[in-house]
Amino acid sequence: MIVETGHFALALALALSLVQMVMPVWAARSGDPALRQTTSQAALGAFACVLFAFAALTYAHVTSDFSVQNVVENSHTQKPLIYKFSGVWGNHEGSMLLWVLILTLFGACVAGARNSVPPRLRANTLGVQGLITFVFVLFIITTSNPFSRVVPAPLEGRDLNPLLQDPGLAIHPPLLYLGYVGFSISFAFAAAALIEGRIDAVWARAVRPWTLTAWCFLTLGIAMGSYWAYYELGWGGWWFWDPVENASLMPWIAGTALLHSTVVMEKRDALKVWTVLLAILSFSLSLVGTFIVRSGVLTSVHSFATDPTRGVFILAILVLFIGGSLTLFAWRAPLLRQGGLFAPISREGALVLNNLFLVAACATVFVGTLYPLLLEMLTGDKITVGPPFFNATFVPLAIPLLLIVPFGQSLAWKRGDLLAASQRLFFALGLALATGLAVLAMTWGGPVMAPVGVGLGAYLLIGSAMEIVSRARGYGARRTRSVGTIARRAFGLPRSAWGTALAHAGVGVVVIGIAAQGWAAEGLASVNPGQSLSVGPYVATLDRVAPRQGPNYEEAGAFLTVRDRAGNEVGQVETGRRFYPSRQMTVTESGLLTRGFSQVYASLGEAGKDGSIGLRLYYKPLVLLIWLGAVVMALGGALSLTDRRMRVGAPAKAKARPATSGVVPAE
Amino acid sequence: MRTVFPPATRAAGGRIALGVMLLCAPLPALAVQPGEVLKDPALEHRAREISEGLRCLVCQNQSIDDSDAPLAKDLRLLVRDRLEKGDSNQGVRDYIVARYGEFVLLRPVFAAHTLLLWLTPALAVLLGLFGLWRLARRRAPAPERRLSPAEEAEVAALLGRE
Repeated sequence: MIVETGHFALALALALSLVQMVMPVWAARSGDPALRQTTSQAALGAFACVLFAFAALTYAHVTSDFSVQNVVENSHTQKPLIYKFSGVWGNHEGSMLLWVLILTLFGACVAGARNSVPPRLRANTLGVQGLITFVFVLFIITTSNPFSRVVPAPLEGRDLNPLLQDPGLAIHPPLLYLGYVGFSISFAFAAAALIEGRIDAVWARAVRPWTLTAWCFLTLGIAMGSYWAYYELGWGGWWFWDPVENASLMPWIAGTALLHSTVVMEKRDALKVWTVLLAILSFSLSLVGTFIVRSGVLTSVHSFATDPTRGVFILAILVLFIGGSLTLFAWRAPLLRQGGLFAPISREGALVLNNLFLVAACATVFVGTLYPLLLEMLTGDKITVGPPFFNATFVPLAIPLLLIVPFGQSLAWKRGDLLAASQRLFFALGLALATGLAVLAMTWGGPVMAPVGVGLGAYLLIGSAMEIVSRARGYGARRTRSVGTIARRAFGLPRSAWGTALAHAGVGVVVIGIAAQGWAAEGLASVNPGQSLSVGPYVATLDRVAPRQGPNYEEAGAFLTVRDRAGNEVGQVETGRRFYPSRQMTVTESGLLTRGFSQVYASLGEAGKDGSIGLRLYYKPLVLLIWLGAVVMALGGALSLTDRRMRVGAPAKAKARPATSGVVPAE
Repeated sequence: MRTVFPPATRAAGGRIALGVMLLCAPLPALAVQPGEVLKDPALEHRAREISEGLRCLVCQNQSIDDSDAPLAKDLRLLVRDRLEKGDSNQGVRDYIVARYGEFVLLRPVFAAHTLLLWLTPALAVLLGLFGLWRLARRRAPAPERRLSPAEEAEVAALLGRE
């Protein structure tokens, strides 16, 4: 009964999203602003309905209701409770429901937000959101219904894919979707602005918190997914340039560009048309990502051809939204007045360069991901575009981008002084160069690119710190040398300034983590209990191999003791192979020993006939920095979100702005 | 991140995709088996270098070095066999491409049919720069009157008082 009610609630959400879509149009035609209020109510109602539907599906999963097809295919009575919850979105139908849940959640947030978004902009934005909700709910109901029943109900389910039975996977999709789908708000705001033919700093200020929220979640989601792949897939890689990964990376890059161009628009009223285009592109790339993941078109062209209903439906959605929004853009964008002018050498100019490199990187990933598919369709040639291609093309675009980060931060708005900025950065550049050279000297004979990367990361870190210091020190007549004053002023800087510095520092941390992988080491051997294998600065001894019984799996566990080269014990690692009888699948559980930010990574292979066991060990220096840096980036974004400007929203009087900010809003 | 959601098993295509996934999922085996390792460390290093750039044919986006599929193992052994027979790195690659096609290379060749692919980054940057240049020319601001030193001082004083 609950399941049918959930199904009904989903249908109700479809109807409500239609109301949400139509009301702003009606309000505009009839001139009755009260109708706009209905839009907000419909958005809240649609969210409530989808939430109920999601709860109903969760209920079916948690109670192992095997009369529901979706539960049969993805659950098992013996499955631990947490995976009964996460199993709800560990499959196509459920994950689409989560997608729509988050979509309507954002709609409800816009409807309920108490900031002063102009009512017409709010209603139009919700209207566009309503259209997206409508189309996706229709997709779920017609092609991916999670509530369909099976008769007769089997006694036991088929269990969730063991790879997905992991805490990382419980939180990865919701985080990722909060990011992906969050860009729908920026998209809806952009479409609303185009419909109105009006865009200004108020718009930029209204849309920025949403973009920033989505970006923070997407950053965390990608980092989470990367860490999951690292420890779960068992060969120690942390990024594979897999189409599914690229699908999440593309909206992230476009979203990063959008964040930066929105800053220019908010402060200087410039780059309007470009910002709108980026908002459209970010969400369009989220949709492309959804298409890539959901239609299976890249996994196998055959799987798309044999069951095209879903793929074709999503393709139609893509055409509708991307084609529709770009048409709207082409038609209405000329109406948007161009705003403030700026010299090429200025902070705006640096941000334009940032956008240039980000968009070029995004285009590279996009073309690299889809090229094999297009080439096969056009000529029949089958090629592979793998990690070597992306490393060779993405990195050269990323390096200049990273180099201009501190430069942009130290240039003034409107017209900057490159020489003065270089002088200010002299310290950062010198210190970073010294760091790189010192590391190179210490690791002489090792890889050369790793110290270069560490130097680049140090440059970003020092540059971020310098940004805070130089802002706190003040410019012109306010310039001070007193440490106390600088500290006091730094404390009083707006949180967005700290957030920016923190996010840029996070990038530096990621770069150092990535660069340090140049020193990673690997060891591979068949070992018997008592034997050792050395890797990097450590030696691991296999103590014993013992079976264990899990709730829904059997495990062969290997227990290792790790010692440093001097023979002192540094810790224990256990790694294992789990066999899941319900799916007849075996999964390796890698063992990790964390020392500071570095890790020793153990992964188990086949058992030999003589009682030995295949063991693969990796030494991963500073590897945790890769994900910690991403967390720092997201924290920086979150800190910016708590800035007073974001909470207040519309252009309030700048009276409470700390005097040190030194920047006057353009409006 | 990869294979986050298994394709629905109901659909026929889903079954193929799932099959592919199962073939490549971290099954009990390690990628490179201890038994496969060549005695000569220099030769083994070269073998690893080559196999990192070769694709496992039945997996999605995995090198034969990382893959556990039996076919990947065959290819790894083939690479080592060719190396022991004295082939150069490029010789081994050519040998394998001749048998399995260009599809096997993770780094696509630079040729007419991949020209657009390889030139994308450069084209994107150049196109962007060209667009910016056009825009800057079209909207070149009229030369602004410089502030006189007296005015500059006044501005500095005002900014200081802010």
